[in-house]
Amino acid sequence: MQQPDINGHFGPFGGRYVGETLMPAIIELEAAYREAAADKNFIATYQDTLTHYVGRPTPLDYAQRLSIYAGGAQIWLKREDLAHSGAHKINNTVGQGLLAKRMGKKHLIAETGAGQHGVATATVAARLGMDCKVFMGAEDVRRQAPNVHRMELLGAEVIPVTSGTATLKDAMNEALRYWSATVADTFYVIGSVAGPHPYPMMVRDFQRIIGDEARRQFLAFNAKLPNTITACVGGGSNALGIFTAFLDDPVELLGVEAAGEGLDTMRHAATLNRGRPGVLHGSKSYLLQDKDGQILEPWSISAGLDYPGVGPEHAYLKESGRASYTAVSDDEALDAFHILTRLEGIIPALESSHALASAIREARQRDRNNHIIVCLSGRGDKDLTHVQQLTASKKSEVK
Amino acid sequence: MNRFEKTFAALSSANRKALIAYFTAGDPDMHSSFATLDAACKAGVDILELGVPFSDATSDGPVIQAAASRALANGATLQGVIDLAARLRAAHPDLPLVIFSYYNPILNFGLERLGAVLDAAGVDGLLIVDLPPEESAELTTQFGDLDLPLIRLVAPTTPPQRMATIADGAGGFIYLITRIGVTGSGTLDIAALARQAGELRKFTPLPICLGFGISTAADARQLGSLADGIIIGSALVALAHEAGEQAPQIVAERVAAIRAALDHN
Repeated sequence: MQQPDINGHFGPFGGRYVGETLMPAIIELEAAYREAAADKNFIATYQDTLTHYVGRPTPLDYAQRLSIYAGGAQIWLKREDLAHSGAHKINNTVGQGLLAKRMGKKHLIAETGAGQHGVATATVAARLGMDCKVFMGAEDVRRQAPNVHRMELLGAEVIPVTSGTATLKDAMNEALRYWSATVADTFYVIGSVAGPHPYPMMVRDFQRIIGDEARRQFLAFNAKLPNTITACVGGGSNALGIFTAFLDDPVELLGVEAAGEGLDTMRHAATLNRGRPGVLHGSKSYLLQDKDGQILEPWSISAGLDYPGVGPEHAYLKESGRASYTAVSDDEALDAFHILTRLEGIIPALESSHALASAIREARQRDRNNHIIVCLSGRGDKDLTHVQQLTASKKSEVK
Repeated sequence: MNRFEKTFAALSSANRKALIAYFTAGDPDMHSSFATLDAACKAGVDILELGVPFSDATSDGPVIQAAASRALANGATLQGVIDLAARLRAAHPDLPLVIFSYYNPILNFGLERLGAVLDAAGVDGLLIVDLPPEESAELTTQFGDLDLPLIRLVAPTTPPQRMATIADGAGGFIYLITRIGVTGSGTLDIAALARQAGELRKFTPLPICLGFGISTAADARQLGSLADGIIIGSALVALAHEAGEQAPQIVAERVAAIRAALDHN
């Protein structure tokens, strides 16, 4: 059956759980999106922008030295790090930005964790001549300083959020509050396959180009399908972006969550591995929550995975068994970051490094006729200072 | 007749408006919270909304977010709020009591057992701020024959055709949000509000009460004339917090002043 249903449900997940002030806006948005998605001119503009502005299609790159290092399966990289502004996030912000313009909205707002979605929204706002406010947890502002500077250069106003744990979930809370007060002329560009319907569906649709291309590219190289697709999952937009094209194929789909300091500690962000169903930020999905239904603080080395929820379609894919979800620790991700940098000359984002670590782990157990595609969702320039500090503190621990 | 119907019938025959108070339950702890709420009810509150503290209150402004954080730091839970409701029920046999919550604590509690627990505590209704009519069937179908109405909200942004959907299946009263934005904020457009209340009246026989950002006796007097009652939340929560140990007395004085303004319409 086509997911989601008419009310935005993916099986028992998804739906619309927001205050009444926002309900008319998300109903209006859904109607506007369905109309735009059926409009050839809108789709042509979206695709044209992806080709000439974003630089799509991004390459599907065979990682020869990484594959030899892993010593088993062949590893392929879908190079979203080469998309304009440095990550897959731009695919979605181009789509939502064009939709906002079409709806006559004047202002864009966004939440951001690692800053990639904030940068991608600020980029599109500049391109379309719209103004832009980005809500970002104060802790993330500190961890991701280069992206804050980029957003400001692009003309966006970055609003540090100090409530709660001062990370991505709090940025999203504050963006929702701000949107409640400005809903008439403001478009909320949500960056993941989360939030109330229609966002999980719409963001997936704008991101599915990743998998559509990867499938075509892999078939062209190999005249067969890959065995496994792997991608990191915070909210889960790059994962659904690459999974969607393969849903009906006999291809394993493997999401990778952040195990932080370990799944058996309190410091992780592995929502599907360790959470329970609940409602946060407008939809029903898995959540990290305590026994009373209060949301727990997640933890990850990477700001983009540091989120206590997950897109509702992932919860559905987990429960239906179509996709499986593993987890990778901070240390494993950091190792994968260095390995890819040295072996292939590609500096990956710490988020994407989780998918890489999982691919290396899987490849080791397989033979060379097995093929794994990794969604390399973003580049690591934003993480350089953070990685430098982490590496320095590790060295001093060893001493 | 349930307690909502009795309360509104009595107010109506006395030509008075309902004064509805919201407090974050358990702020700063359950013991102090009981004393403040009990005093407020004695001073002239007609209906009491007990706010269930939630870690991610996306419809609330800073005052209620901070109150929720204090309550959670002192161990507030939904069960604790229901226990508080039972104590208030014993002290105020005729007062309608509403549990006001975000959906996640409710869902986490277990929808199957919730109705019976609320009923046993003497709770009269439920308001779930992030549960629109489109998603509420999974909850209400669990209530069976229990008289536990869902109080629903209409916003300044709600178009007339949607009011019908909201009114259908609503109970107790309708909460008409007076301003765009979160609790305790925003600017008031009286003419637009009067239009919205008039429009809503076409779709429901239920009492219409106005809330969000009402803080002073003057606000109460002005808005009371537009509807069947008014709801005050953030202003009382802030007052109780600032008053510290004096909260019961100071909140009671403010409630009495608002009551007087509302009655001299």
